[in-house]
Parts: sequence; C-alpha cells; structure tokens
Amino acid sequence: MARITLEHIRHAYGPNPQSPYDYALREVNHEWNDGGAYALLGPSGCGKTTLLNIISGLVKPSEGRILFNGQDVTDFSTEERNIAQVFQFPVVYDTMTVYDNLAFPLRNRGIAYEQVDRRVNEILGMLDLTSRAQKKARGLTADLKQKISLGRGLVRSDVNAILFDEPLTVIDPQMKWVLRSQLKSLHRQSAVTMVYVTHDQTEALTFADKVVVMYQGEIVQIDSPAELFENPKHTFVGYFIGSPGMNVFPVTVDGSKARVGGMEIELGYAPAIGQAKKVELGIRPEFMQLSRTGMPLSIRKVEDIGRLKIVRADFAGQPVSIVVKEEAEIPSEPYVQFRDQGVHIYADSWRVGREA
Amino acid sequence: MDKTWNNKAWFMVLPAFLVVAFSAVIPLMTVVNYSVQDTFGNNEFFWAGTDWFTEILSSERFWGALWRNLLFSIIILLIEIPLGVFIALNMPRRGIGVPLCLVTMAMPLLIPWNVVGTIWQLITRSDIGLFGYALGKIGIQFNAAGDPLHAWITVVVMDVWHWTSLVVLLAYAGLVSIPDAYYQAARIDGASRWSVFRYIQLPKMKRVLLIAVLLRFMDSFMIYTEPFVVTGGGPGTSTTFLSIDLVKMAVGQFDLGPAAAMSIIYFLIILLLSWVFYTVMTSSDAENEGSR
Repeated sequence: MARITLEHIRHAYGPNPQSPYDYALREVNHEWNDGGAYALLGPSGCGKTTLLNIISGLVKPSEGRILFNGQDVTDFSTEERNIAQVFQFPVVYDTMTVYDNLAFPLRNRGIAYEQVDRRVNEILGMLDLTSRAQKKARGLTADLKQKISLGRGLVRSDVNAILFDEPLTVIDPQMKWVLRSQLKSLHRQSAVTMVYVTHDQTEALTFADKVVVMYQGEIVQIDSPAELFENPKHTFVGYFIGSPGMNVFPVTVDGSKARVGGMEIELGYAPAIGQAKKVELGIRPEFMQLSRTGMPLSIRKVEDIGRLKIVRADFAGQPVSIVVKEEAEIPSEPYVQFRDQGVHIYADSWRVGREA
Repeated sequence: MDKTWNNKAWFMVLPAFLVVAFSAVIPLMTVVNYSVQDTFGNNEFFWAGTDWFTEILSSERFWGALWRNLLFSIIILLIEIPLGVFIALNMPRRGIGVPLCLVTMAMPLLIPWNVVGTIWQLITRSDIGLFGYALGKIGIQFNAAGDPLHAWITVVVMDVWHWTSLVVLLAYAGLVSIPDAYYQAARIDGASRWSVFRYIQLPKMKRVLLIAVLLRFMDSFMIYTEPFVVTGGGPGTSTTFLSIDLVKMAVGQFDLGPAAAMSIIYFLIILLLSWVFYTVMTSSDAENEGSR
C-alpha cells in the first residue's frame, strides 16, 4: 500500500523529442493518496496506458521521478515495485489450470502452501470460478479468461497498488456491473490503492472516489465526480463528462460582463482572462432553464430520452443543448435563463476565476 | 426452392483427379506392380507374389539401413530442435538485427543439396579442408572416408548446419506472434526466465514445433543427396541410409522387384511414423478440448 507521487513525469516513445507533440505524456506532476480508488479517464490515445505502465514500471519515463511512500522507485523493476496490473485483453497461462494461474504470482514469490491455497480459494469464490478451478485455462471463453487475469491481479494482498487497464472491455455488460461492484467492495475491504483506466465515463464515475481526466498527454483535472460535473477546469472535461456535454461558445469579456452575438450575460465577477487568444463561456445543459423571460432563443428540435428531454436550440447564433424534465412545457416563445453557479469562463480552454 | 440435382459437378474435380493420378497414383501403382513381379529385361515379367517382401524383411541389409536411418533421425532431431529453439529465443525482436538474422538463417536453406554435400566433403578433408586440416594440426586425424565415426560426425554436423535454420525460422515465427502483454503480465507476476519459457513461449511455439519435428523427421528419414556426395554411404555400409540403399539396389544392381518392394515398405514406415508423431503430439490438445 502506497502513496504514489509522480514528479514532473514526461514520456516520449521516440528518441529526441522536440515539440510538446512528440510526447505521449506531457508533464504529469501529482500525488495520489494511499488507499484511494482512482479512475484514469480520457479518449483513446491520450496517454492513459502510458501513465499506467510508468507507474507499474513496464515503461521507464523519459523525464521525471516516481515515488512510492517518498521512496524513489524510478529505476525499480516491476517486481521490486510490488505492483499488480490487469491488462485490457486476457492474458492466461494456457497450459496451467485456473487454480494454478491464480497461484502463479504467489508461488513465484515463495509464499507458503497454506497461504497460497487460502488466498486462491478466496479469489476463486469471489470471481465465481470455484467450479472450474481444476480446468485447464486454454479452452475457456474470453470473459472467463479475463476473470482469471483479473484474479491474478487481485490475488496478492500485500501489493503497493493494483492497476487496471480497461479490464472489462471483453466482458459482457451484465457481468461488468457485477465485477465492478466486486472490485469496489474489495477496495473498501483491503484499502489498496487502485488505479483504473477507462474511456467510459459511467465506469469511471461509478468506480472511483477521484477521477483523473486526461487529454492529449496531460492530466486536466483530478476531482470527485461531482466536482467534474459542476466545475470543469478545462473545456475538454465539460465535453467529455456528462451527456450531452457542456455548451461552450466564444464570448468577449468586458469587465464582469460576457457578450455573445448581441446578448449580454452578467457574471458577477471579472474573470482573469489575461492575454488569452480564445475566450469561451461554458454552461452545462442542466444549468440552462427555458422560461418566458430572459434571453431569447430559437428551438430547432426536441429529443425525448425517457425521463428527460433534450432541447437543441440556437442561442445568439450558437448551437446549444438544454436538458428539461419530461413533463416540462416548452414555451412557444422561448427564452432562456442561465443559473449563476453553472456559468464558467474559459481562457484558452482553461477555467479562470475572479481577477485577483 | 427447388434444387437441381445432377452430377455435373464431378467434372470440376476431374482436373485435380488427373493431376494426382499422374503424379502420385499411377507411379505408385507401377511400383506395386514391380514389387510382385520378377524381370530379367526385355520387358518380360514373371509373377513373384510376396517373395520380394519376404526377402527384404528378412535381409540384414534392410534392417541395418533402417536402424541407421532411425538413429540418424533421432540424433538430428535431438540436436536441431533444442538448438533451433535456443537460437530463435536469442534472436532480436526488432531493429536492424531482424532482417540481418533472418537472411543469415535462410542462407543454408537456399543452397542446393548436392552443393551442401560438396562443401562438407571439401571442408572435412584433412589435406585441403579447413575443418579437417585444423583438426589434423591439433593431433586428430579426421577421415570421413575411412573412419565410420568420423563419417557419422560429418553427416550429422552437415545436416545440423543445413537444417537447423528451418527450425529457427519456424520457432521465431511462433515467438513473434506472442503479444507483448504476455511478457508484461509475466513481469508483473514475478515469473522467472525459465517460467516465461515454460508457460508462455513453449506453449505458443508448440504448433510450429510440431510442424518442425514432422518436417525434419520426414526429410531426415529420406535423406539421400548429402551423404551420397560426402561418404557415398561408406565407409562400408556405415552411412548407408534407406534411400541410398534403395538407389543402390534399383539403379546399381537393377533389382527392380526387391527395390519396389523396399520402396513400399519404406513408404509405409514413413506414413506410420508420421501418424504416430502427429497423434502423440496433438493428443494433449485433444484432452483439453474434451474437458471443456
């Protein structure tokens, strides 16, 4: 169990990186708490797996240091770091039985027979594999094999951290729910630091206490799911989390007022936009309210998605989405109001607060 | 929907059938024909029944050649398979070394077999051959033409030199098809180098190694050209393998009947042994399928 510190980590796969674009991972500088459940969330190719492999020691970072409980482990092998990792696609030892597969990481570390047996049976039970314990792993289906992979990751109880690299990709949806909640309860029991890579926001938000959102090789925000929703620090977080994503449109800021296409929005504070090239206003569809007063807009269409309706509209020449309750009435001459706490100003994609 | 029933489709098979008939079935039948008859030339044949088979199966000459050939196949399999796997394991997986190694490995396979024989015949000569001369300098008189042991060493080393590459290439193909995730998982699991080989690399290479064993067994069991060039089957009969013996009998002595009988026995032995190999080596797979 360990507190993981990432000190100015950068990584490029090619030699001699010149521009920031040569880096698969640009400057990561964070500390992750002991016993936390973190989800690494981001689109494909944003550097999630690279970061994970750097933590486990499969990849050595081009620059920077990584510390476990304050001890520098940058040059340590995977084994010395005492990390468990589960990969996206099942890796099983074909010629071994299911039982031997799970026992393998323990036996390699010379753990006593009784202890191995107890631990393996525990995991077999948890993953509902007990009846297949003595079967060879070769003939099993993909999701059973992935359960074995998962089991090998969980079987060691003394690890510093368990890393999951999109472990449920090949598992069918119902099983996903079961396994995810088992992982979560296992985390509560054992208090091992867990890092879970995914590109699925539901998976990230249900698994983790803290979600780490990555975009183009950078960590853009580490926060609780609620914070990510209410206060996205980067426009990407706004787009990526929530469905539909945040409405973002370019504005000009004048003191504490934001202007867009003849409309004026009172911010209540003067954002520190500095010399930013691009200034945008972001507001989640949930924080926009249709009403009979406020600013005018024209509705293009209304989508019914069950308990909610999504209104697609044009506001000051910008396309916006608004979420309304199913039973809510759509006014024939619609106006819109912005709820104050949902309005954010972004300068060059990063959120800015009040002028200091 | 009505299906049209006719047998015209059989004509589609006809070309393949004719090719196989002319290339395999008819020659084989000719051999069968010879094996049950006797001839003194002039295209006159006399019925001989199973006499030739009895003669061959009770001759020491045939059994001698068969045992020598089996011994040879076993020796070269025991050397070439582990050596080939070992070399494949140590070949680079990426970078400029890959094409370099592959081309070097493919080299012996591209040399005509009689040239291979000539090369080794020359290299082991104690007067002008590099190998033979060097051994002479350290006090060993190497003489492939006179000493049966030396003849055997030459033939075995030659075969290893010539054919280990095939095993290397097959094993390498098996190795590069293993995804990186397996090696990463093994590192996470704390597996030793031996465990990685035993539980990841060997199982993944099993299929190609089966092919390698089959190919090398059948080829070595039919070996002719190289020992014929190097030793001519000698000294005495010490390196006279089945095919050399067969050619001596058929072409040298013009004993068509016994030679035909021997061909058929030879063919059946190869068929039987290949089947045994295949069954034994695939049986572990079958067990797993059954226990699913």
